[in-house]
Amino acid sequence: MLQVSIYRYNPDTDTEPYMKEYQIDTGGKDLMVLDVLSLAKEQDSTIAYRRSCREGVCGSDGMNINGKNGLACITPVSEATGGKGKLVLRPLPGLPVVRDLVVDMTMFYNQYEKIKPYLVNNTPVPPIERLQDPEDRDKLDGLYECILCACCSSSCPSFWWNPEKFIGPAGLLQAYRFIADTRDTMTEQRLSDLDDPFSLFRCRGIMNCVNVCPKGLNPTKAIGHIRNQLLQQGT
Amino acid sequence: MVTSVTSLGKNGLYDWVIQRATAVILGVYFVAIIGFLIANPELTYSQWHGYMTSTYMRVFTLIALLAMAAHAWVGLWTVSTDYLTTRQLGAAGTPLRIAFQAVCALVTIVYVVWGIQILWGI
Ligand code: SF4
Ligand code: SF4
Ligand code: FES
Repeated sequence: MLQVSIYRYNPDTDTEPYMKEYQIDTGGKDLMVLDVLSLAKEQDSTIAYRRSCREGVCGSDGMNINGKNGLACITPVSEATGGKGKLVLRPLPGLPVVRDLVVDMTMFYNQYEKIKPYLVNNTPVPPIERLQDPEDRDKLDGLYECILCACCSSSCPSFWWNPEKFIGPAGLLQAYRFIADTRDTMTEQRLSDLDDPFSLFRCRGIMNCVNVCPKGLNPTKAIGHIRNQLLQQGT
Repeated sequence: MVTSVTSLGKNGLYDWVIQRATAVILGVYFVAIIGFLIANPELTYSQWHGYMTSTYMRVFTLIALLAMAAHAWVGLWTVSTDYLTTRQLGAAGTPLRIAFQAVCALVTIVYVVWGIQILWGI
């Protein structure tokens, strides 16, 4: 039997959130946290959480698992609990809770939208496609793989304090993905859009983002690259 | 782009560079002071006085004083915009933040003027 503690909050009926305990029969197997959640939902159908792909590609089931943000579908219970003790599931921190483990991602997406997450190229459109050297394409590795799960931004204290002004690690990783893209012609504009005291410079290099990213990406490094380019442009 | 009226450089890059550069200046300054104290274990008042009133130390101390003021301002301004906000404190956030920043600015200016007075008064 695995003891599981789940954050419950239904704004229509509860005055405040509470933790509810469940006993889950895992059949002696080391399940993924998402599997445990679906077993819990068989016991109590009112538990709300998001999931879609159940294999770490859609980014829907980011949540706080025993104090660390991660994707429930690819986090084994043994890893979360260290092999002993109970499993504690809470919503991603710093974002408003819609219900139980479901958070409102609006602030996160607003920041993503700000960095203009699309290629801008105002040179004439070539007949077939815009070509890119393999070496230039390699520069996008470690950047394009982000699945926007928000595990990083919602573990970042700077994002907790200023979610409307600080772009956050996920958005900044994507900002660099387009700054680094040789096919994009808006690089200078992109850089100067980040050159205020909040959007980028609220990053304190705490590296919580790197610590939690389920795709193994490194937003802090991307932030450092952007800062260096700003330094180059500005001095 | 988020603009701000009270950050020192009015731009993130300036603040960031100021913060790093002033930290280096302060680091070197304290090494110079502590180094002198270690090199002179039998220090007398007149030796210490001579060292601190030499043109080199006066210029260096003045630079360090200004660096400290800039460093403290950028740091405390950042702290105030993290914690003394409407998000953290509700409606009281903005008046509190402005009051805190005003006090910080005042104290910083007082320390700089007072420091210069001491530096040239000894
Ligand atoms: S390194 Fe920067 S972006 Fe990442 S968690 Fe820390 S402050 Fe946030
Ligand atoms: S950088 Fe990693 S943690 Fe952050 S949103 Fe992308 S995939 Fe998720
Ligand atoms: S369900 Fe898609 S990432 Fe976990």
